[in-house]
Amino acid sequence: MAFETVIGLEVHAQLLTDSKIFCACSTQFGAPDNTNTCPVCTGMPGALPVLNRKVVEMSILTGLALQCEIRENNVFSRKNYFYPDLPKGYQISQYDEPICVKGKLTFYVDDKEKTVGITRAHMEEDAGKNIHHGEFSLVNLNRSSVPLLEIVSEPDIRSAKEAGEYLRALRSILLYLGVCDGNMEEGSMRCDANVSVRPVGEKKFGQRVELKNINSFRFVEKAIEYEVGRQIDLIEQGEKIAQETRLYDPDKNRTISMRSKEEAHDYRYFPEPDLLPVKVDRAWVEKVRTRLPELPLDKLKRFVSEYKIPEYDAQILTQTRAMAEFYEEVAKLTSNPKAASNWIMGDLLRILNEQKKEITESPISKEQLADLIKNIDGGKISGKIAKTIFEDLAAGKYAGEKIEAVISKNNLVQVTDTGAIEAVIDKIIAANPGQVEQYRSGKDKLFGFFVGQVMKEMKGQGAPNVINDLLKKKL
Amino acid sequence: MTSIREMRDGVRNKKLKAKDLVSEALKKAHDAQPKYNSFISICDESAMKAAEHVDKLVASGKDPGPLAGVPIAVKDLLCTRGHRTTAASKILDQYIPPYSATVVEKLEEAGAIVIGKANLDEFAMGASNENSAYGAVKNPVDPTRVPGGSSGGSAAAVAAGIVRAAIGTDTGGSIREPASFCGITGIKPTYGRVSRYGIIAFASSLDQAGPMTRSVDDSAIVLETISGKDPRDATTADIAVPKWSENLKDNVKGLRVGLPKEYFADGIDPEVRKVIDNAVQLLKAQGATLVDVDLPLTPHGIAVYYIVACCEASSNLARYDGVRYGLRTKDAANLLELYEKSRGEGFGAEPKRRIMLGTYALSSGYYDAFYKKACQVRRLVREDFLKAFAKCDLIVGPVTPGPAFKLGEKFSDPLKMYLNDVFTLGAPLAGLPGLSVNAGFTKEKLPVGLQIIGPHFEEQRILDAAHTVETHL
Repeated sequence: MAFETVIGLEVHAQLLTDSKIFCACSTQFGAPDNTNTCPVCTGMPGALPVLNRKVVEMSILTGLALQCEIRENNVFSRKNYFYPDLPKGYQISQYDEPICVKGKLTFYVDDKEKTVGITRAHMEEDAGKNIHHGEFSLVNLNRSSVPLLEIVSEPDIRSAKEAGEYLRALRSILLYLGVCDGNMEEGSMRCDANVSVRPVGEKKFGQRVELKNINSFRFVEKAIEYEVGRQIDLIEQGEKIAQETRLYDPDKNRTISMRSKEEAHDYRYFPEPDLLPVKVDRAWVEKVRTRLPELPLDKLKRFVSEYKIPEYDAQILTQTRAMAEFYEEVAKLTSNPKAASNWIMGDLLRILNEQKKEITESPISKEQLADLIKNIDGGKISGKIAKTIFEDLAAGKYAGEKIEAVISKNNLVQVTDTGAIEAVIDKIIAANPGQVEQYRSGKDKLFGFFVGQVMKEMKGQGAPNVINDLLKKKL
Repeated sequence: MTSIREMRDGVRNKKLKAKDLVSEALKKAHDAQPKYNSFISICDESAMKAAEHVDKLVASGKDPGPLAGVPIAVKDLLCTRGHRTTAASKILDQYIPPYSATVVEKLEEAGAIVIGKANLDEFAMGASNENSAYGAVKNPVDPTRVPGGSSGGSAAAVAAGIVRAAIGTDTGGSIREPASFCGITGIKPTYGRVSRYGIIAFASSLDQAGPMTRSVDDSAIVLETISGKDPRDATTADIAVPKWSENLKDNVKGLRVGLPKEYFADGIDPEVRKVIDNAVQLLKAQGATLVDVDLPLTPHGIAVYYIVACCEASSNLARYDGVRYGLRTKDAANLLELYEKSRGEGFGAEPKRRIMLGTYALSSGYYDAFYKKACQVRRLVREDFLKAFAKCDLIVGPVTPGPAFKLGEKFSDPLKMYLNDVFTLGAPLAGLPGLSVNAGFTKEKLPVGLQIIGPHFEEQRILDAAHTVETHL
């Protein structure tokens, strides 16, 4: 029997506010344990939450980017459960009146467009962190009350790969908006997956299983693949899928049962009486809308049509806003968008990867790259020389220097003077009578040898087209 | 005994010393403690230090504020930085808050001096002050009787003459009922008038702090000091705080006084009825017009209140889990046991009862029938009041069906105890301001309070009417 996979993702994105969602404590990562705390986020008796307006604004912005409806009436609710990292014994979240509903996200999967519905996105506070030390357990509340936006997708995802691409596209949007740093390893973006399978053609959904603790892009796909296999195996053996929550164990690459339906919490949601409903009126939404940047997919399509670069290149170049801006500037400065794309996609990304740097920390500036391309296009330097200069820049040489200065200082200008090139060719021909003989008797392949010898003699500065023309004549 | 106005003027004019006022109050507090048990802690050291500070300010020509040198008792539900704050619960027995409630800060900024933390029903749950882990409070009028609750310690401290003013909190009547039982004045302001920040939450949508004092003028002065928008409490109203004490007048001429027939129905103690009728006639004699109004949902208020309050309480009390502060059991084998035993050992019977009621009413499958329904009826209760206020300017009636009852009389019957709240629940459910002012005594010399309820943010009208009653009684 053939099976279809059905996946819905719940993503928790930590919003990049300076202070927490309900108090003035800093959200900074890595502070000494329990120092970013106050009576509010440690759940002291009598302490009360006050909503951080920035959280609402970032949520509106994200909702708009995901084409959501922004709801006017926003109610916070208490989600009640006991856990040591939850100081109040409840989490303040949104339940039946979330800020964003009915959105969608379109992205590419193997060069084909895919659209996944966004059910809702709601604001909530994070919990603290339990740390286990032998027989002791300690609690760090620095993260308690850090703002999160939980983004819930429709069960529209059909494969582990699509799930990965959805996550990458969502992350890319969050980064574009500057509302989340998208760092899954540090936990500022976390993902739970609801996974089920059904026979192809079946309309009804299969029993879904919730997967937790999948905290990297790689693990999301692997965890889902494992879980889909597990479910199909069970069904084929005639067994039922249990409604449960499972944890992904990345070391063993498998999922293990965490709690069954019977053990599921009854969260006893009710409206948070310490916070008044938040009214998000049209004027507020429209004001936030003016801050909406061009989004990755729109940029991708524009790059393809405006700069005539392949869709694949555009996908990579638009992954982050900084990368797209870098590319676009180089493309504009050079009027050679294809060359700009080639250099960035090839050499620059390789260098950044090797040096573990972001595009914003690139050792080669936009202006330097643009000047390199312009000097090649203008015939002033050869591509080969350009590569040498590029590698030097990458190694930290000529930081902040103008490319023109580098070229003239090192005397790297391409030689196009036919007299000078002819003299070198004559010298090479004279020095290699055997090869000349072989070439003339039909061994065409040796032409490359002569070009190489001439180039070597000229330290790479000879204009290749001139060398080719003259060599053909002379030989 | 000197009024708050006289005390602060005396201190400001250097005729009185804060140090003397405070040491006298502290002495009385210690002397009265074995009789009435009105305090959980008495703050000798910090109070004397604060008094010296006030005197120093005066000596250096500075004004310590409108409550300069006034000794005050604060219900032990309000956090006081560096001072044990227990909520009358064993679970917070050794809890020392790192911060003070906004109300406490405002009092201290105004020059008032907190001399002690008043006893109460555990987590403000009760109407007799018998539900305290630190023992019952006795009514100074008749020590065989309860002072009312939950702000029983605050009421007793004022009635016993230890302080002129105490801070209480009212969720379903916890200021007005003890004020009535002890023969003093107590006002529960409009919801949102006074910050709840730092006041240990019982039922967040109902809790309000307010003054309990000897006179209406005293209440007005204290209330205007503690009121106002607080950036730390999102539910406080951004509305100007009038100078109630300066505007206070003995004048009810032309005022339409509403008499809800549900507040004058059968089941009210005839002695109470007599005192209330007399007070109503007094208002009429002073120029008020009497109007009949209906509050038909009054009997349902009890069910609505006990569902809403217990639901909120079940969640508000979840933080007392033995993990970060408060009582932690000595012998827990695992996390679940840590929770169960810490909470089992720490909470008294009444909080346990209400946590269970609230947890049940919020549970999946019961939420719609209980919590949601209660919230709907609560809105109707509010509408009832708003309709009544279209016909009248104030609503008056008894605070409770009977006067202060005997210690132990209702203790073993929680339902009977809950029924005692029937007239005081309306104001908090509707968010309205309500006050109790002494209107006379029963044959047994037990005080009876007249309850005056006003429209939202009309505290002045209530205070004026109470002042009229107090003046002409």
